[in-house]
Parts: sequence; structure tokens; C-alpha cells
Amino acid sequence: MPVLRWIRRNLVVLAGLLTLAYMILPNAVVMVFSFNKPKGRFNYAWRQFSLDAWKDPCGVADLCGSLSLSLQIAFWATLGATALGTMIAFALVRYRFRARGTINSLIFLPMAMPEVVMAASLLTLFLNMGAQLGFWTILIAHIMFCLSFVVTAVKARVMSMDPRLEEAARDLYAGPVQTFVRVTLPIAAPGIAAGALLAFALSFDDFIITNFNAGSTVTFPMFVWGSAQRGTPVQINVIGTAMFVIAVAVVLAGQLMANRRKSNAGK
Amino acid sequence: MSLTEAPPAPPTGPGEPKLRKPSTRKRLVPYWLLLPGILWLVVFFALPLVYQASTSVQTGSLEKGFEVTWHVQTYADALRDYYPQFIRSLLYAGTATVLCLLLGYPLAYLIAFKAGRWRNLVLVLVIAPFFTSFLIRTLAWKTILADGGAVVDVLGTLHVLDVTSWLGWTENNRVLATPMAVVCGLTYNFLPFMILPLYTSLERIDGRLHEAAGDLYATPATTFRKVTFPLSMPGVVSGTLLTFIPASGDYVNAELLGSTDTKMVGSVIQSQFLRVLDYPTAAALSFILMAVVLLMVTVYIRRSGTEDLV
Repeated sequence: MPVLRWIRRNLVVLAGLLTLAYMILPNAVVMVFSFNKPKGRFNYAWRQFSLDAWKDPCGVADLCGSLSLSLQIAFWATLGATALGTMIAFALVRYRFRARGTINSLIFLPMAMPEVVMAASLLTLFLNMGAQLGFWTILIAHIMFCLSFVVTAVKARVMSMDPRLEEAARDLYAGPVQTFVRVTLPIAAPGIAAGALLAFALSFDDFIITNFNAGSTVTFPMFVWGSAQRGTPVQINVIGTAMFVIAVAVVLAGQLMANRRKSNAGK
Repeated sequence: MSLTEAPPAPPTGPGEPKLRKPSTRKRLVPYWLLLPGILWLVVFFALPLVYQASTSVQTGSLEKGFEVTWHVQTYADALRDYYPQFIRSLLYAGTATVLCLLLGYPLAYLIAFKAGRWRNLVLVLVIAPFFTSFLIRTLAWKTILADGGAVVDVLGTLHVLDVTSWLGWTENNRVLATPMAVVCGLTYNFLPFMILPLYTSLERIDGRLHEAAGDLYATPATTFRKVTFPLSMPGVVSGTLLTFIPASGDYVNAELLGSTDTKMVGSVIQSQFLRVLDYPTAAALSFILMAVVLLMVTVYIRRSGTEDLV
């Protein structure tokens, strides 16, 4: 049968598309249910189309407060982790020194450890120090676990950089500062940006480590977690949908810009 | 010319001819670069593990305070009380990892070799779900798998649920609050961590190798088995690690999609730490989890022969 033959020939594509559908399905459900008007507290069954939640996304107590807190923490965590991580990445790629192996494992370990272990051990530290759990402990924790991911992202980019470009800059009498700002940094930028983006996403979305180290402070993931027991307001779907749409738009815009630059460079 | 002599990064001083011996100040550059970040990791990652180790051998109560008494018995007690949750965690995480590999491989392959000009779009679609909070997406699975929902209806009509119920994966025509729902959630949540490394390693493969295999009369299946898959091993290894490790400590999926019969060790650690406030037991449990995971990871990396990965 030709249909069967076609299926056999395109098996990989079909399987891949099915996986893609599996990955997008919850996002689609979140989007659809952001237009629902549920009866009672639980937004699990479709009832009626409504724009109420979209008109009033902050209509639920504490929701937008937790959202803004999460954004602030993600911003500072990204800044901190990207700065510290980029420095480490440059040191690891560009210099040979003792203790490189130890440092490499120290960077690798946070990624190779179940989050709950890190979360719990950090809490024992804070309890022992008598630290007040809240904004600062969350920020400290987020910078800690984002750091390794930034190092990995930046390292990959710096490793593939051609050191001769910097040599050339120096041969053309560029000082170290000038070489760094005009040559090194622009080439490393995509790696640093990828690391920063990853850090932002990880920090904004983190629940487990935050859950342990937040005390009574409520970030957005913690708000969602809490609301799962009380009944999730439709507004949560609105925010989830908005995040998805904004992210896709930002990434697509970035791609378009990159494409345009590439085609301009080709001219 | 060695990289050591090329100090590109920080502004250390005026431009010097590069043949001069590096000064002490220059030799210290890498250490200054490392210092803040490494200090952060030592204080907030390594030191806490030491504190946790010490907590795990303490006895006492919240009112009277805890004291180090080298009470190693806590470990044995914790294991005896919670070994079902341990085994369940490893089982669920293992199943989810295998499913992620089976589901993720075709998609990674599709992006790397078949997507053509759609490649970037598909990649965006793989990464984009990340940006809707994963808790919201996990809650969406509650809607998808709900009793009387489309998924359950179809599986019921096809008699799949009879089989899975017999296997103990589901219960009486429902999926929610069963092991199947938890594994489904785990697989879903950690799938991107499998796809991205797979894609990276597949993308590095030279397409001409496939042509060469074809020229040598290899069937597509043989080409895959002898050429593509072995060359994608680094991606397979890092993908399975990135999936298995976080999945084994996860408690979000078990709590949101499961029931009391599907609790994983993460839930126990969480409730011991945050609700029961039995710090020694919680610390011991989390130490055992860490040891088991690190042991399995080490053995796995050794066996798959990709030690240079780390």
C-alpha cells in the first residue's frame, strides 16, 4: 500500500512530530483554558468562553506581587550568575593553572546533583547561620545553581573562538582593554547571552530550591504550587500563555535579526 | 603559541610585547577571575553539603536543639522506613529517562537532518515550552489526563487501560493519581533536557558519512546502527544524565499528578525538612539520594566510555 510505504519512509519525521505535539500539548491546553470561565475554584473542565481573566490578570490576590518578585529575583540572579560565570569560563578556557580539575568538578557537581539535595543542604547552612529566609536567601541560591549553566554555555563559545583574532588585534596595536571590548567580547557575546537567557529561565522557573529557602516569601512558582491545592485561578493560565507568546516572539525576533545580519554580511 | 601566553581578557596593564615573560601580576589573573564565582560555589554549594553531613549525624529535637552525636543509626532507620520511595524514585526516573530517549531521539534526528529550513522553528518550539512555568504545564496534565477526558476515553476504548491496570500502572480506568501519570509528567518535563544534547551531538555528524555508508550498501537501518547512533553517544550519555538526575530527586510531578502511593523520595525529604522538621532524617535521606545518584552516574559514565564528557 502506498500509504504504508509513505509512513515507513517518513517514520522518523512522524515520530518526531508526535513528540513535538506531546511537548506543545500542555501549552495549548494552558492557552485554551485561559479563555475559560470555570464554575467554582477549579479550572480543569471547559465551561464557557470568556475574556475575564485576560482583562484582569492581576485580579487574584498576591499573584502579580509574586510575579514581580520572581522577575526581580531572576533579573539579579541572571546578572550575578552571568558575571561570575563568564569570568570563570574565561579563566578555565584561556589559562592553564593548577587546580583546574578540582574547579571543573566543582562547576560540574551542582548540575549533577538532584535539586532537592542542594536545596536541603543550603537550608541546613542557612538554619545553622540563623539567616532570615527570604529574598536574599533565594537570590543567593539562584545565583549558585545558575552559575554552572552559565559557565558551560560561555565556555562552549569561548573554546571555539580563534585566538588568532585577538593576536591580530594586538598586532594592530590594540591595547588589552581595546582588544577585549572590541574583539573578545563581541565574539563571546552569543555564548554570554545564551548563558544569561538560560539563567533567567532557570531562576524564574525554579521551584524546588526556592521552596526550601524562601521562608514565607512567595515567588510565582510557589504561588502556582500553593494554588494547585486551593484551586488554580484562570489568571495563572493567562500568565502562562503570555510568557509562552512573549518567549516565542523574542526568540523569533532574535532569529530574524540574525538572519538579516547573515544575509547582509553575504552581500 | 600557547594559550597561556595570550592574556586576552582583563585589563591588566599597558600592552606589552607578548614574548616577555608573564609578570606575577599576570599569572594571578586567572585566580582573580575565578575567585568570586568559586568562592560563591564553595560557600553556598560545598559548605552546605558539609553542614548537611553534620546534620545527618545529629540527634535532638527542635525544642531542645540538635547536637552531633554521631548517631549513624539515622541512616539505617531512614533507609528502612523509606526504601519504597527510594526504589520508586529510581524506577520512575529510569522509566522516564528511557521514554525520553525513545521520544526525543526521533525529534532530535528530525531537527538535525530532516527539518531543513524549518530547523530553527522546530528548535524554538522545543525550547519555548520552557518559558511557561513548568508548574503550570504540569498542572495542565491534570486537565489532559482527567477522568472522562479524551485521553482516558481513547485509552479505555482501545483497551490499553486494561493492560496498564493489569501491570499496575493505572487503576480502574483512571490515569490521574497513578504511576503512569507521574511517569508521563516526568517524561514530559525532562524531555527538552534529552533533546537538546542529542541534537547538538547529531548536528556535529558529517552528512557525508551517511552517504558513504549508503555507497557501501548499508541499509538505512544499518547506517543508523553502525554510524549515526555510535556517533551520537555523547549526546545520549549527557541527555540521559540530564534527565535521570533531576527526575530522581523530583517531587513536583509525584505530588501534582500522583497519589500517596506514588510518592517519591523528594517528597519525603521535603516533608521531613519543611513540615516534620526532623532535620537529621531529612539530611540522611538526601545524603543517601546524592550518594546513590553519584554512584550510578559514575558507573554509567565509566561503562559508556565517555569520561572526557565531564
